[in-house]
Amino acid sequence: MIVDTNVSLSRWPFRRLVADEPAELVARLRKQNVGQAWAGSFDGILHKDIASVNTRLVKHCRTFGQGMLVPFGSINPKLPDWQEDVRRCQEEHHMPGIRLHPNYHGYTLNDPVFAELLKLAVTRRMIVQLVLSMEDVRTQHPLMRVPPVDAAPLADLFKNQPGLWLVVLNWTPGLRSGQLQTLSSSTGHVYFDISTVEGVGGVARLVEQVSLERVLFGSNYPLFYFESALLKMQESGLTETQKNALFEENARLLLAPTGREGYAHKSL
Amino acid sequence: MQRSGQERHALRQEKDIFMVACVNGHKLRKNLCFLRPLSQRRALSEENDRVMRAVRRFPNRAYGSVYLSPSYLDFSLEEFDRCVRDGPMVSVGELEADKRCNAPELDPIVEQAVSMKAPILQHTWLKVGGNEPGESTPYDLVELAERHPQASFICAHTGGDWEQGIRIIRRARNVSAEMAGFDPTSGTVEMAVRELGAERVIYGSDVGGRSFASQLGKVMGADIPESAKRLILGGNIRRLLTPILQMKGYRL
Repeated sequence: MIVDTNVSLSRWPFRRLVADEPAELVARLRKQNVGQAWAGSFDGILHKDIASVNTRLVKHCRTFGQGMLVPFGSINPKLPDWQEDVRRCQEEHHMPGIRLHPNYHGYTLNDPVFAELLKLAVTRRMIVQLVLSMEDVRTQHPLMRVPPVDAAPLADLFKNQPGLWLVVLNWTPGLRSGQLQTLSSSTGHVYFDISTVEGVGGVARLVEQVSLERVLFGSNYPLFYFESALLKMQESGLTETQKNALFEENARLLLAPTGREGYAHKSL
Repeated sequence: MQRSGQERHALRQEKDIFMVACVNGHKLRKNLCFLRPLSQRRALSEENDRVMRAVRRFPNRAYGSVYLSPSYLDFSLEEFDRCVRDGPMVSVGELEADKRCNAPELDPIVEQAVSMKAPILQHTWLKVGGNEPGESTPYDLVELAERHPQASFICAHTGGDWEQGIRIIRRARNVSAEMAGFDPTSGTVEMAVRELGAERVIYGSDVGGRSFASQLGKVMGADIPESAKRLILGGNIRRLLTPILQMKGYRL
């Protein structure tokens, strides 16, 4: 059984994707033995009416997949009264976490509003999924060029937010090797997905760098082919026990303390 | 850390063995080995030697591809003879030099390749922020391919910006699209098959920079018939290499 921690619903703004309808997405994930998928919404990247994005996300997660889809609401802290979106995500939609796209929302990690947002997430015991990039900058639309998030400030921010559960998604272009090690050497809860890991034996190398407990299976599906992440696991040379940690166990343990254990048991 | 020549050699051998282990892990039957771009004549020759050593060490698992540079034309033509005509190599590339591939200096190299029926793998990119000086685009490759209709070209990375690259090479029937070296973005292989036909689409790993896994995922995950996947993963490159393999008396 697989927990995929990096899936998105709705439409990618620049092309139609084969699984950008929720029923199709769920069917294809099931075929890949995915029992649970942590789902954000592509709409959260560019839409300004984030509240309706998150409402649609929850609706789709409840309608399709019989509990397979776990919603992670989008938060744009540059929008007025963004704190209300966080509140709704937790209190009304019962989401275990939120997903952030600082580069598309126009703030750096040095911006005080980011620290404020992390603090609020800690208070509410919500997981924060921080997406460092969506596309290779070399192939972006010429009118929509968005560099990856500069993750340099992250280690210090993380140190100042004990109790933060942070998952860094699509992290390779924004996080250099030294930063990865500094961040992962902290005692807090920081995790990395494998969707943009490259190089032969890249997943095994990541495990060596940051430890087994901090790596999560994430595919960036349907923007990326799901098989890309799956084959990285196959190539990794990890033992079955280690693979199981990445495929399922680490994500399950991460989800439990958020108070959303229901998700952990319902789908797996 | 400074390493002795012997240590460097041992490390490279270790890397080659690791690479073959990964190839085995993915059940890939054969690898076409080539080099990263080189700007010095001596390095070019030494690295071609390295590929030939790897090919001789793993004859059932690897074919060699010779690295040449239009910046050293005479030397490159000699290198072609040394490595392909008289050596074990069976193709040219990945050509990635400080001259765009529509330059006239490429013509003698292509003619040499045609004489041995060797396909040519040409690096291409179309970066939204602008290519590096001398970096080729798919447009450049189409220009070269149209000057040499009897040659077989493989458009490495399909320009990276594949939605444009596929359209650019569509009219050049002697150019195949190689799908490596960019993100495993959904829809890539489907569009290439739709616009070019499965016979003109070729799997590549770009391993070193990328991985077998992420690039294989593009083909394995594509919504295309199994027969098309077989062509992309092996049938097409086998067809392109058959003339030179026959000429050299290699077993197919």
